[in-house]
Amino acid sequence: MTTSTLSARRTDVRSWLPEYGVYLAVGLLVLYNVFFTPYFLTLSNLRIQLIQVAPIVIVALGMALVIGTEGIDLSVGSVMALAAALIPLYLGYGVVAAIGVSLAAGIAVGLINGVLVARVGLQPIVATLAVFVGGRGLAVVISDGQLKDIRNPELLYLGSGDLLGIPVLVWIAAVLVAIVAFVLRRTVFGRRLLAVGGNRRATELAGLPVKRVLITVYVVCAVLASIAGLLSVARIQSSDASAVGLLIELSAITAVVVGGTPLTGGKVRILGTVAGALLMQLVIATMIKHDLGPSTAEMAQAVIILVAVYVARERKTR
Amino acid sequence: MSATDTARSERTDRIVGVVQRQGAFAVLVTVVVFALAVFPDFRSLDNAGTILVAAAPPMLIALGMTFVILTGGIDLSVGSLYVLGGVLAAWASRYGLVAAVLVPLAVCATIGLVNGLLIAYTRMAPFIVTLAALLGARGLMRALSDEGSTTYVVQSDAFGTLGTGSLLGLGYQVWLAVVLVLIGMLVLARTGFGQSVYAIGGSEDASALMGVGVRRTKVWVYVLSGLLAGLAGAINAAKLGSGVTVLGAGMELDAIAAVVIGGTLLTGGAGSIAGTVAGVLLLGVIQNMINQVGDLNSNWQQVISGVFLAVVVVVQTVLDRLRRAS
Repeated sequence: MTTSTLSARRTDVRSWLPEYGVYLAVGLLVLYNVFFTPYFLTLSNLRIQLIQVAPIVIVALGMALVIGTEGIDLSVGSVMALAAALIPLYLGYGVVAAIGVSLAAGIAVGLINGVLVARVGLQPIVATLAVFVGGRGLAVVISDGQLKDIRNPELLYLGSGDLLGIPVLVWIAAVLVAIVAFVLRRTVFGRRLLAVGGNRRATELAGLPVKRVLITVYVVCAVLASIAGLLSVARIQSSDASAVGLLIELSAITAVVVGGTPLTGGKVRILGTVAGALLMQLVIATMIKHDLGPSTAEMAQAVIILVAVYVARERKTR
Repeated sequence: MSATDTARSERTDRIVGVVQRQGAFAVLVTVVVFALAVFPDFRSLDNAGTILVAAAPPMLIALGMTFVILTGGIDLSVGSLYVLGGVLAAWASRYGLVAAVLVPLAVCATIGLVNGLLIAYTRMAPFIVTLAALLGARGLMRALSDEGSTTYVVQSDAFGTLGTGSLLGLGYQVWLAVVLVLIGMLVLARTGFGQSVYAIGGSEDASALMGVGVRRTKVWVYVLSGLLAGLAGAINAAKLGSGVTVLGAGMELDAIAAVVIGGTLLTGGAGSIAGTVAGVLLLGVIQNMINQVGDLNSNWQQVISGVFLAVVVVVQTVLDRLRRAS
C-alpha cells in the first residue's frame, strides 16, 4: 500500500467519523443489546424506548434549528411546563381549544425570545434564561401547584394511542422530523437560517431579513416545545407543571451536539439529532437493563458528549 | 462635533457607565427600602441574618461564576458540583472536620481542573465541556448515594458547627462568604491573574499576543469555580446536617442570572464582583419578600426573578448601545 492511499484513507476516517459516528454508535449499541440484553428486541421494549425518546426528539428539532443560527434556547423546558399547565385549564372547552391555547403560549414565548435576540440584541443564552427562570414558576402558579389528571379521550389518544401498530406519539415525532428536515433542505427559509448561522453580518449585508429569520426560528422552537409538552401530558395522563420537561433543555442540547451540529452555527444535522437523542436514550436503557443505575448512564453520557464534540473539532481545525 | 456636544456625550457616557456598574445595587436598595416599608417582619435583624445565611452558598457559586464569565466562558457544572460537594462533605464527616472540608474541595477542584484543561487545551466550547461535567458530576453523586437512596448524615459536630454557629450574630457561612468575596475583589483588582482574566474576556487573541498566559488563566478560573461550588455544597451540608441529593438543583442558572443581573457581560471582559454580590442579594431579598407574604405562592419568586433578569439585561443592552452611539 502506498503512502498516499494510506493518508487518503486516514482523511476518509477523519471526515467520515464526525459525519456518521453517531449512527455507528447507535448501530453498535443496538447490536450489543440484541445479543446481550434479554427481551431487548421485544415489541413492547422497542415501543417504550421510542415513546420515551419522542418528546426529546421533538424539542431537539427546534433546538437544532436555534443552534444552527448560532443561538441556544434554555427556555424549552419552561415552555413545556406552560403548555402542560394550560391544558387542564382549557380542556373544558374541548381538546382543540386546549391544544390551541398551549400552542399560542409557545408562540408568545418564542416571540419574546426571538425579539430579545433579534431586535434588542441580547445573547441567546441570556434572553432565554429569563424565560427559563420565570416560565416554570408561572406555569406552577397558573396550575396552582396541583397535579391534575387528564381524562379527555382524544388528548389521551395522542399520548398513548396506536396508529397502524405504531404509537401516535412516534408518528407525530416522525412527521415533525420530516417537516423540519424538508424545510431546512428545500426551502428558502432553511437556506436563510443556515446563512444567518454561518455569517450573520454577511447575511445582513446581503439584504436578507435576518431578524425575521431569527424570530421565526425561536417561535418554531418554542412551538415544538409546547407540542412536546402537551404530548407529555397526554402520555403521563396528568399535568404536573413542576415536573414536565424538567432539564429537557440539557437533553435536547446534548442530542443536537452529539448528532454533529456545531454550536457555532451554519450547519444543522436533523437526522444526526434524532440519532443523538436515540443514542442517549439507548445508553440509559442499556445501563438499566444491566443493573447499572442512572449514575453510570450519566457518566457514560458525559464521556459520549466530550468524545462527539472532540471528534467534530478535529475535523474543523483540519 | 462642537465642544458642548462633546461635553454632553461625555456626561451621558459617565451616567450610563455608572448605571451599568451600579444598576443592580440601586435596584437592590430600592427593593430593600420597599420591603422595609411594606413588610413588618422584614425589619428584624433576625430576618436580615436569615437572608444572608441563605445567600451564602449561592454567593460562593456566583463568585466563581463571575471569574469564569469574565473570561468569556461559562460553567454549567457548578449546580452538580454543589450537590456533589454536599454529599461528599456529609460522607467524609465521619473522618472528622478536616476530611469533611477537604474531600469535597479536592474532588470538585479536580473536576474543575478537568473542565479547565479541556477548555484551554482542546478549544472545545465551555458550554459543552461543562455540560458534560454537569452530567458526570451528577452521575458521581448518584453513584456515591446509591442512586440517590442513601442520605449521609453529618457525623462531625465540629463540621456541623461550621454551618450552624455564629459570630457577632452572623453565621459563620456569612463570614466565610464575606471574606472570600473580599479576597476575590482583591485578586481581580490587584493581581496579574485578575488582569489576565479581564484581558482574556476582552480579547483572547490580543491577550495571547501580549503574552498573557491565556491557557493557564483559563484553567485556574475553572478550578476556582469548581472549588467554590464544592465549598458551597459543603457548608450547605453542614447547615442542613446531611448531604441532600436533590437532583437538578439548577444552581448554575441561578448563579448565571445573579452574575448577569450584577452587570457582568456574558461576552466577558466587563463586570465586577460587587455587582454579583448585589445580584445574589437581590434574588435573595425577592425570595424573602415572597416568603413574607404568607398566602403568596412561592413560585412567584421564580416569576419575579425572571422578570427582573429580563428587565435588567434589556436595560443594560440599551444603555450599552446608547454609550456606543454617543
